[in-house]
Amino acid sequence: MNPVSFLTQMIRIAIPYLFAASGGVIAERAGIISLSLEGYMLTGAFSATLGAHYTGSAWIGLLCGMLGGLVFGLIHAVASIRYKADQVVTGIAINLLAIGVTRFFLKLAFDSSSNSPRIDGFGGNVAAHGFDNPLLWTGLFVAPVLAFLIYRTPFGLRVRAVGEHPAAAESLGIKASAIQYGAVAISGILAALGGVFLALDQHQFTDQMTAGRGFIAVAAVIFGRWDPVRAALACLFFAAAETLQIQLQGNQLIPSQFIEMIPYALTIIALAGVVGRAVPPAALGKKAE
Amino acid sequence: MTGSPAATGGRDAFAIRMEGIDKTFGSVRANRGASLEVKPGEIHALVGENGAGKSTLMKILGGLQKPDAGKMAVNGRDVTGWTTSDAIASGIGVVHQHFMLVPTLTVAENIVLGMEPRNGLRFDHAKAVADVEKLSKETGFAVSPNAKVADLSVGEAQRVEILKTLFRGAKILVLDEPTAVLSPPEVKELWGVLRKLRDAGGTIVLITHRLDEVIEISDVITVMRGGQTVDRLKTSDTTPAQIARAMVGRDVVLSSRDEASALGAKVEGDGAPLEGFHPSDDMTSAIRVNDLVVMGSRNTRAVDGVTFSIRPGEILGIAGVEGNGQTELIEALAGLRPIVSGLMRVNGHDVTREDVSARRDAGVSHIPEDRHRRGLILDYTIADNLVLGLQADYTRRGLLNGDRIDENAAKQIEAFDIRPPSSELPARALSGGNQQKVVVAREMGRRFSILLASQPTRGVDVGAIEFIHSQLREARAAGKAVLLVSAELNEILALADRVAVMYRGKLTKVIPIEQADEEMLGEYMTGTRSETAA
Amino acid sequence: MSSRFRENIEEALFPPIVALLVALICGDLLIMSYGQSPGMVYRLLLEGTWGNAYGFGQVLYKATTLTFTGLAVSMGIRAGLFNVGAESQLAAGGFLAGLVGMGLSPSLPGILAILICMVAALAGGAIVGAIPGWLKVKFGAHEVIVTIMLNFIVLALLNYIVAARIHVPETLHTPEIANGVLPRLESFLPAFHGSAANLTILVALIVAGLSWVYLFKSKRGFEMRAVGLQPEAAEYGGVSVGGAWMRAMIISGAIAGLGGINYVLGYKHYYEEGFAGGSGFLGIAVALVGRNHPVGVVLAALFFATLSQGGLAIHAFVPKQMVEVLQGVVILAVAMSVPEVRAALRRARKPVAA
Repeated sequence: MNPVSFLTQMIRIAIPYLFAASGGVIAERAGIISLSLEGYMLTGAFSATLGAHYTGSAWIGLLCGMLGGLVFGLIHAVASIRYKADQVVTGIAINLLAIGVTRFFLKLAFDSSSNSPRIDGFGGNVAAHGFDNPLLWTGLFVAPVLAFLIYRTPFGLRVRAVGEHPAAAESLGIKASAIQYGAVAISGILAALGGVFLALDQHQFTDQMTAGRGFIAVAAVIFGRWDPVRAALACLFFAAAETLQIQLQGNQLIPSQFIEMIPYALTIIALAGVVGRAVPPAALGKKAE
Repeated sequence: MTGSPAATGGRDAFAIRMEGIDKTFGSVRANRGASLEVKPGEIHALVGENGAGKSTLMKILGGLQKPDAGKMAVNGRDVTGWTTSDAIASGIGVVHQHFMLVPTLTVAENIVLGMEPRNGLRFDHAKAVADVEKLSKETGFAVSPNAKVADLSVGEAQRVEILKTLFRGAKILVLDEPTAVLSPPEVKELWGVLRKLRDAGGTIVLITHRLDEVIEISDVITVMRGGQTVDRLKTSDTTPAQIARAMVGRDVVLSSRDEASALGAKVEGDGAPLEGFHPSDDMTSAIRVNDLVVMGSRNTRAVDGVTFSIRPGEILGIAGVEGNGQTELIEALAGLRPIVSGLMRVNGHDVTREDVSARRDAGVSHIPEDRHRRGLILDYTIADNLVLGLQADYTRRGLLNGDRIDENAAKQIEAFDIRPPSSELPARALSGGNQQKVVVAREMGRRFSILLASQPTRGVDVGAIEFIHSQLREARAAGKAVLLVSAELNEILALADRVAVMYRGKLTKVIPIEQADEEMLGEYMTGTRSETAA
Repeated sequence: MSSRFRENIEEALFPPIVALLVALICGDLLIMSYGQSPGMVYRLLLEGTWGNAYGFGQVLYKATTLTFTGLAVSMGIRAGLFNVGAESQLAAGGFLAGLVGMGLSPSLPGILAILICMVAALAGGAIVGAIPGWLKVKFGAHEVIVTIMLNFIVLALLNYIVAARIHVPETLHTPEIANGVLPRLESFLPAFHGSAANLTILVALIVAGLSWVYLFKSKRGFEMRAVGLQPEAAEYGGVSVGGAWMRAMIISGAIAGLGGINYVLGYKHYYEEGFAGGSGFLGIAVALVGRNHPVGVVLAALFFATLSQGGLAIHAFVPKQMVEVLQGVVILAVAMSVPEVRAALRRARKPVAA
């Protein structure tokens, strides 16, 4: 096995996870359950495709993708914060909505139920083009930057306070809901970037192209115990397992389905506390009274 | 006495002036034209029974709630309906009854939260620590800025709360029941701090329902009852009895003590003498507890070797400042919390390892301290709540017997005067007093020999208090053994035959009621006197 | 009593009505974005579902599976647990029913074979449901995450077993069952010709009825709902919270698993990769809109089945994906209006203090 090709393939697989897991960390640290990462990614991928298709610019596609994620993030935020809807239900609804919306507009815009026409990307094929894709770089740096945001800025301090004890934050004049809106908006944009990377990397949008990656990211958030850097390491680990599975194809030592299970099984193990209990932010999913 | 507002000074002379404040939550009118006037530089006690509307009034002052009607001014400026940030900016600091601290953050982070020192984009953590250390030196409140709040003791946490307000430049400090969780030395320390703040020109509003504290620390007293302001008194001109009268609206329950001890004496005559009672004598005790150890939520020994027994026809009262293990003791006796070591016998049977249902079957009834959390299922009907815990008795072949549940409801509603008498209403729709009557009806309207009554009259109206008290006396007369835990010393003095004081997980004193008085119990409760019970 | 009943009905009906109105408006916009007339498309949707026997049969078929998954999810919610795993429980139930059905002797009486396969389906779902229940009770692991993760694990596992071991070459399904076929409705009512509706619908209605009895008339149900509303009060009432959770997850999983027979015994007569096709997730929507009441669940299952079948009816004019958007909108709208309506009704309710 070639270590360079292993590494480049692993990074390429990891980038969408890194973006989406970062989105999950920031929203959940503010107390909002994020099962909707999959939906943000899918909308991000589709909006980016639309933008890139109609303007021919990958950069405008990128902006459109972020906008798409932002819109879906705000839907989740309004439902959870303003209307106090059950956040698990809203998260799942966002995912269903994202599938429906992208399919409907795929049909409307491109008259296809499977994929969009080819769009320009950043040339993100790592092996062929080297590291000239801006999303590759930002993807690798998003976790440390997020760690800085959460642990070293006033906004981050407030996010952590709101996720643990919103009433305490409110009593000091902090608008807990404003912090949560901010965090979920960032979450939508970040996760959408993961989808944007996928679409630009594959040069098209295909139906349900995120294929459960948003849930791998959820797994990484929990396995990483809601810490940006640990979640990123979990993403890299999951990506490495996947890469291994792809590169080992042919010599069927372990069936691919069992490699697929790794992130999910590890998450359950982490939740059950076999190796150090994963404890979520105290106010996660709690509704304001 | 009845301080007519305005008479005591000009408009601008008040640090706080609230007038005609109305506030309704759902069906509860928490404030009905309440008023409050506080002069700068005084320690002002805001007293009243549970549910009198004190906390709501202070939440409105602090900007956490908006009044439905009324006006308020701070230092002469109209501030009606302001926000938390406005209140903070104007020098109001509120220390809430339940700490408003983020346990996962450090002391310094908690103190600066919302007005963090910045260094460019960054939160300047070093400066936060330095600021807190400086403030700590200036005020004499020792805290370690880098400690996690989760690791602090209650007293330390309260210091952090006060520092939080001072950090924001608070000149008016509102403290909501600050002593409820403190040990006596910590209370003394707090008084020192408050006096120091007052002498430095600060204004302090202290919410409490403990009259001894009011007399000790305050300069002026405002009394609230049923959402209204009913009296304004100068502390030096008043007596606890006078304040109590204003709080309750008539002569206080204290007087019913005579009746209680009369009844107690009668029971005493029938049974073995109260004193010289032998814990080993199983035949005469309905419930007997030996060297009980129970862990608290923080993995401490919340109940640390408690021994007592109660005979049929006797009420044992447990007095104590809240948080000294009473909750854990009752929960352990009811089967809701594991007993680590020790023994519990009911009518001679060892039930130490039995679960809730088995203890119920053995004759243990339990009025829990928190009816909203434990005692009732608020969305269940009255009828269903009247069989909660007894559901097995109303079941045949796995199915509930609806007719018998309805019959039982009709019977209990009548016997315990539950209003409105509609068995299909959800418990949520009842007043506090009637909710408590549902619990009392269920626990006392069945065959039982032992009653664990924890704060049985908390947050209920006066009528219901009297009703519940008479039920407890009737139970005694009927030969039941009653364990009464109450934060109201008056209640214990009025009802109990013997009283034990619980302090830091131990029973420090068990004495017959005739030998007990408020002052002496107070000393045991606060740990100034101690003598571990046999 | 009657006014109390009315308040309950109001609280239950308002959110779905609001949701329906919002969905209609969104539908209008989507239809118009496609240059069609909403009135015409909605009429087509109704005609293609409730307007002819075949379409109606398809609605019934789809509603049958959704009734099972909806009941499964609501059973969990009644105990205070959110079972997001109905999807894999359904698949596991269908798989075991198919596997057992393959091995049954054709000479066995049909009714017995059907019962054996049903037990297999129940067991399949119950096992998958029991795992998150156990992890919750034993370790406090949050059931939402565990059931989501378990969906992926179980589906991958089934995928492995079928793909590597027992699939019919060139397909994604197992061989047909040898015995245990549930007859289609068309064999009694020829008008249903061609539609997949089968006798499983009776099983679904019976399970709905039993769920109602269990929840509202039995001691276990009394205790389970108590745990769901206020676990600490239930504990005080002598109920083992862990036991109730365990029971709820096993029952929930078993009901979802039983739903697998609709496809395996009633329609295709084999287990096929992906037959659940999102019915488990849609079960969450069904439970939500049906307000966790068995009657509501059956009605909500019909509603979502109509939407999904209606998508096919309008496909010539507006992409059928429109109904997927509307499903999402309905769930969001119901989820958002439930707390609002409850709060509004509490405000409006006159205090009944003595």
